[in-house]
Amino acid sequence: MTGYFNEMYDGASVRPPYARLGDWVNAMPAELRQMKQAEAEALFRRIGITFAVYGEGGDPDRLIPFDMFPRVFTGAEWARLDRGVKQRARALNAFLVDVYGRGEIVRAGRIPARLVYQNDAYEKAVAGIVPPKGVYSHIVGIDLVRTGPDEFFVLEDNCRTPSGVSYMLENREIMMRMFPALFRENRIAPVENYPEILRRTLASVAPKKCNGEPTVVILTPGHFNSAYYEHSFLADLMGVELVEGQDLFVEGEFVWMRTTEGPRRVDVIYRRIDDAFIDPLCFRPDSMLGVPGLMDVYRSGGVSICSAPGAGVADDKAVYTYVPEMIRFYLGEEPILNNVPTWQCSKADDLKYVLEHLAELVVKEVHGSGGYGMLVGPKSTAAQVAAFRERLIADPGNYIAQPTLALSTTPTFVEEGIAPRHVDLRPYCLVGERVELVPGGLTRVALTEGSLVVNSSQGGGVKDTWVLAE
Amino acid sequence: MLSRTADNLYWLARYMERAETAARLLEVGARISLIPSAHGYRNEWDSLLLAAGTAHAFAQKYKDPVQRNIESHLFFDLDNPTSVASCIGSARENARIVRTALTTQVWDAINTAFQELRQLERLPRSEVDLSRMTDWTMRHAAQVRGAIDATQLRNDGWDFLKLGYALERADNTARLIDVKYYVLLPQLEFVGSELDNYQWTTLLRAMSSHRAFHWAYGGDVTAKKIAHFLILNPQCPRSLITCIESANQHLDRLSRGYGRATDAQSQGRKLLAGLSELHTDDVFDEGLHEFLTRFIGENGNLGAAVHDSYLSGDIR
Repeated sequence: MTGYFNEMYDGASVRPPYARLGDWVNAMPAELRQMKQAEAEALFRRIGITFAVYGEGGDPDRLIPFDMFPRVFTGAEWARLDRGVKQRARALNAFLVDVYGRGEIVRAGRIPARLVYQNDAYEKAVAGIVPPKGVYSHIVGIDLVRTGPDEFFVLEDNCRTPSGVSYMLENREIMMRMFPALFRENRIAPVENYPEILRRTLASVAPKKCNGEPTVVILTPGHFNSAYYEHSFLADLMGVELVEGQDLFVEGEFVWMRTTEGPRRVDVIYRRIDDAFIDPLCFRPDSMLGVPGLMDVYRSGGVSICSAPGAGVADDKAVYTYVPEMIRFYLGEEPILNNVPTWQCSKADDLKYVLEHLAELVVKEVHGSGGYGMLVGPKSTAAQVAAFRERLIADPGNYIAQPTLALSTTPTFVEEGIAPRHVDLRPYCLVGERVELVPGGLTRVALTEGSLVVNSSQGGGVKDTWVLAE
Repeated sequence: MLSRTADNLYWLARYMERAETAARLLEVGARISLIPSAHGYRNEWDSLLLAAGTAHAFAQKYKDPVQRNIESHLFFDLDNPTSVASCIGSARENARIVRTALTTQVWDAINTAFQELRQLERLPRSEVDLSRMTDWTMRHAAQVRGAIDATQLRNDGWDFLKLGYALERADNTARLIDVKYYVLLPQLEFVGSELDNYQWTTLLRAMSSHRAFHWAYGGDVTAKKIAHFLILNPQCPRSLITCIESANQHLDRLSRGYGRATDAQSQGRKLLAGLSELHTDDVFDEGLHEFLTRFIGENGNLGAAVHDSYLSGDIR
């Protein structure tokens, strides 16, 4: 594994943030490690934090593998990420308000009109709406990768309903329970106030018609959804109701939930279902998950929806290329975090380059997620590359390509002891009256040796992510 | 609280209680099958299936009513909606949906039962004898009930849990008594015989009330004493009157908390008043089976009133 930045070992010496972890791992015999690993797994299973993979069958209560070796950032490293992530979250929201309003950025010629207005994720139904506090995306998940001591890149933005934050919280809980000494020896910034900040953020965007303390709910597709655990976990920690579409109805100018005492008004909906399903009268008529009439109430300011319908246009992989431009345009700042250089296969020149270098590149679907439908050139066989080439030529506008990044590695427990494995990072930025970020996030790790794909649906695992207090 | 949440809590409790009843039923059957059966009665295991209301489904799937098949059917069989495994699975599914309305301890108790059951299912059947199955079920049912009583917030959610337990237990007790009287001993000439008393005692054992009965009554075991104990004695934790009292208590808490009474409260009070004025002789004059059938119907109506007044989501 040479040529990759190892976050712990710089040659033979240990980088400062990991200083104490060297002793920790050396003092842990293999039997103890196995015992702890089994204990962690039992804890996850007892809590009920499981994950179902769509279309894979098998155990519906599968666990995402948890790696006990933490991933560590210094306070200084984090300070930069903090500024960069918040900057990006602000720019993305400014972009959303703009493109559903006057479209200044398009008029100024900084982003092609076609890319915005012809985009599948552009919701004409919300054009002209400015949501409370001018926020469309209240929870912005920014996927970051690292290639060197100071080199961080944004891989993609998630402006709709990024998931995984429950793992950030549970991984920490379990580490604190199993290795309390580590937390005494290292000064690790806490992440446990995330649900409280989330609740405050959601309450801060209550609609104009709400007077008094707003009633916040989480809207879930139901307990068959793979992220249901997370929905109920967040509802529990925030002390708000977890509702399904069938629990809500529209009457008069408001949305109500069905309770044992009769209808109760709902002011803010943190929805964990896609735009297409939230209102069968406005979007997909066959949706059983949504609430008929919800969009009318939303338009007239009777309820807030988080993230707002239409937010998806900002996290599209083709729009992604223009985020640095958004930062300059709306904030008048230079981007703190860089994009990965990206080729748009819809452009003839770019497509030509991509086809010539297919074996070196990562090619993704514009609307894909979860690591499905992508090609990792250097890790694929000639036959796989050839098959992908056909699909690419058939519909070039559906793809973007990026260089294969030398993702950093962190030590990870494997069969034989510890070994470097590739990681990424997703911090969760909260945007309401204020823009806030808890010091931490979800580190995903590719458990297979040499693999660069960290998605849980592709056999990735998770780690606790530490930010050391200075 | 959300009507759907209340509904899930109510059914989680009902399924846990039902799982326990399925195990108790197995125990009744096992004990009765130990009596020499030279009397020319129907096969006792057969009667048990009639009582459980699953005789037809059983016959289609297993044919022979031998103990091992009955054990599979009442304990493990997921095709049987009232088997222990089905009930615990349903209870856990309801719990998973309302995870936020439960304490960690309650979730843990239910989830542990579910996970252990999966391990039990994988064991060779020769290692899982009947007493292990019934003990296992009682123990986990007790753990869940204990966790609810010890840790749940005393809010409306608690009332819906307790209502589920009370109504299901009332129904199950009535059905268990009916098994004895109507199914196990169909011929009048045996009433009062040794066999009759033996079967009554078995019933008491299945309800874990054998010793309690002796403490409360002393002397001979008679049908009237037992009927009094299981129907009208407020000291017996499974008696019909105890269950209906408990249901009323929680309905009253709900109407106070919500500042509003519903049809459920009036039906509950009527049912309790009827039981309070009743004497054992009245029960036997009406006919035990007839009385029980009427009670099961009225108890079911009370459940329907709870549904309409709180759980349906159409409350105005």
